[in-house]
Amino acid sequence: MEKITLASQLLQYLITGLTVGSVYAMVAVGFNIIYNVTEIINFAQGEFVMLGGLIMVFFHVAVGLPLILAFPATVILVTLVGMLLDRLAIRPIRRPSVLTLIIATIAASILIKGAAMFIWGKDPYDLPAFSGRNPITFLGAVIQPQYFWVIGFLVITAIALSIFFDRTIIGKAMSACADNADAASLVGINVKQMILLSFALSAGIGAVAGITVTPISLMEYDRGVMLAIKGFGAAILGGLGSFPGAILGGLIIGSIESFGAGLISSGYKDAFALLVLMAVLFFKPSGIFGDIEISKIKRF
Amino acid sequence: MTLRRISIIATICLFGVGLLINPAQAFKGTYKVGAVFSVTGRTSFLGDPEKKTAEMIAEQINNAGGINGHKLELIIYDSEGDATKCNLAVKKLIIKDKVCAVIGPSLSGTSLAVLPVAEKNKTPLISCAASYKIVHNEKTGKPYKWVFKTPQTDTMAVEAIYSHLFKRGLNKIAIISVTSGFGASGRGELIRLAPTYGMTIVADEKYGPKDTDMTAQLTKIKGKTPQVIVNWSVGPTQVTVLRNWRDLGMSSIPFYQSHGFGSRKNIELAAGAAEGILCPLGSCNIAGLLSASHPQKDVTMKYSKDYKAKYNESLSSFGGHAWDALQMVVQALSNVGDDKAKIRDYLENNIKDFVGQHGVFNYSSNDHNGLSKDAFNMVVVKDGDWFLAD
Repeated sequence: MEKITLASQLLQYLITGLTVGSVYAMVAVGFNIIYNVTEIINFAQGEFVMLGGLIMVFFHVAVGLPLILAFPATVILVTLVGMLLDRLAIRPIRRPSVLTLIIATIAASILIKGAAMFIWGKDPYDLPAFSGRNPITFLGAVIQPQYFWVIGFLVITAIALSIFFDRTIIGKAMSACADNADAASLVGINVKQMILLSFALSAGIGAVAGITVTPISLMEYDRGVMLAIKGFGAAILGGLGSFPGAILGGLIIGSIESFGAGLISSGYKDAFALLVLMAVLFFKPSGIFGDIEISKIKRF
Repeated sequence: MTLRRISIIATICLFGVGLLINPAQAFKGTYKVGAVFSVTGRTSFLGDPEKKTAEMIAEQINNAGGINGHKLELIIYDSEGDATKCNLAVKKLIIKDKVCAVIGPSLSGTSLAVLPVAEKNKTPLISCAASYKIVHNEKTGKPYKWVFKTPQTDTMAVEAIYSHLFKRGLNKIAIISVTSGFGASGRGELIRLAPTYGMTIVADEKYGPKDTDMTAQLTKIKGKTPQVIVNWSVGPTQVTVLRNWRDLGMSSIPFYQSHGFGSRKNIELAAGAAEGILCPLGSCNIAGLLSASHPQKDVTMKYSKDYKAKYNESLSSFGGHAWDALQMVVQALSNVGDDKAKIRDYLENNIKDFVGQHGVFNYSSNDHNGLSKDAFNMVVVKDGDWFLAD
């Protein structure tokens, strides 16, 4: 076979990195939505991704719904799980401190993972790629059509969220909760409902990430934890609470992994991402887009 | 009232009659054999078929009148894949249940943890785990006295792959492996044995057990233009790596998988990308493919048929390890009775040309594994099914 040129190799690393990074970015955005409203880190975020993938497999492969129906059905179902998480695990806690709420999300994560194991077993599941599996060759690099879907959904998510937070009254209300929950409730915003909405939104975005990545990587019950860790890293790198930061952070971590694996050593690719993360935090503790003044007034 | 009383009496009588016409078979005594498998927990995919297999064999033997008129009593404990629980279970089997031999555990880690217990209590133990360290005492360079094992080692799988490559005249290989214990151990053996078979390793790439995409590693391999790629992993990643390999247009480079690929499910999940993949498999995975003259043809066919009939699920190679271990103990029991020392000596000296599910075993004082690389057959995926590779 023909030898692949270095330029093509680099392009390949970039494309792969951006694709994997898009998934991390979507997880990171999910972290941020909940963090902004509640100041807690939702450790069940990875489980939303896993549920998105597995429920999509159920609707699309087992039930046989067409893609166009299975996709919204999955997102709605996972969104409901997110809302249930808020109603059953977060809201009932008396005198909530940030720490107890975080612990509640860890418990929920274990519970969801266990339930998924009971329902689907331990085997990985496959989902047909949305537009076939015939790869496209571009300047010597090979692109799976599914890559476009993953990156495309990240773009759609980003645009939709910015419209939501900047142009709609609910979105603005959520932003208000993020700035100051007490003040927001004084002007008549129902903070509890905003929290519920934040869980619903981030579960929905997690589901989208899971649905789009499953045709590439398969999905099984315990995949969520690793994605949550990577997504959390992305959120921290970009600055916790910042949406552009989350997206940039995800893409950076994905690319570093890919270039690190390709150019230096694949065994240490996770370490490269963490090293960059630590270096950034060393020089700018609030992350790339984070604001140190804002992070001072946050409880966590 | 009377009607009720009559019906009660009638019921009791019926039960009595039921007991009378179905008497327990008269046995002279019982032989107690212990077993510890990872029946539940993360590694239940190993322990579950092992337990089912052992129970099936015990039932078959007892229905056929037992071992020389003795009932085979199998006591199975679940280690949950946990070394501490496994250790306790083996102690309980030996001290409380007074078994004459133990089969299992399922994992290399748990097997290594219970080694000293078997040695100290002078009880024969036949492990169903892969690592050669289970039967290799690094201090003496010989096997542990009381411990045997049935599964093939990584070394044999590597030897089977390298022999096949050697025959095809290919020697420029790229290794890609998962960073778990299984992958690391296989990678170590691939590197260690490469000079013996004249293999040059041009790339040595790794990925995590939960990674989503291995395109970067494969692109790097592509740049090194190897003749062959050897992947060593279990779980979903071994399917993802195949798909990436196909999508990157690297199908012209032959792809070898480890023996961890031995499940039809993997071929399905690969969605066509598994075509042409080669991997070493034990005979019990491919009973139907063996030629009629193959020594293991009959035992593997029978096991596969019985297992499917009883449990209505397809066979995994892991149950075969328990089959081998238990049948060896049964053979020893039928020849020397349930004296522990005699069973051990029998296993070491008299398990010769023992036809099992995973190979033809020959134990000796220097070899408590008893298999060679011939215990693996190289198979190739064609039209979504296994075929013997030439």
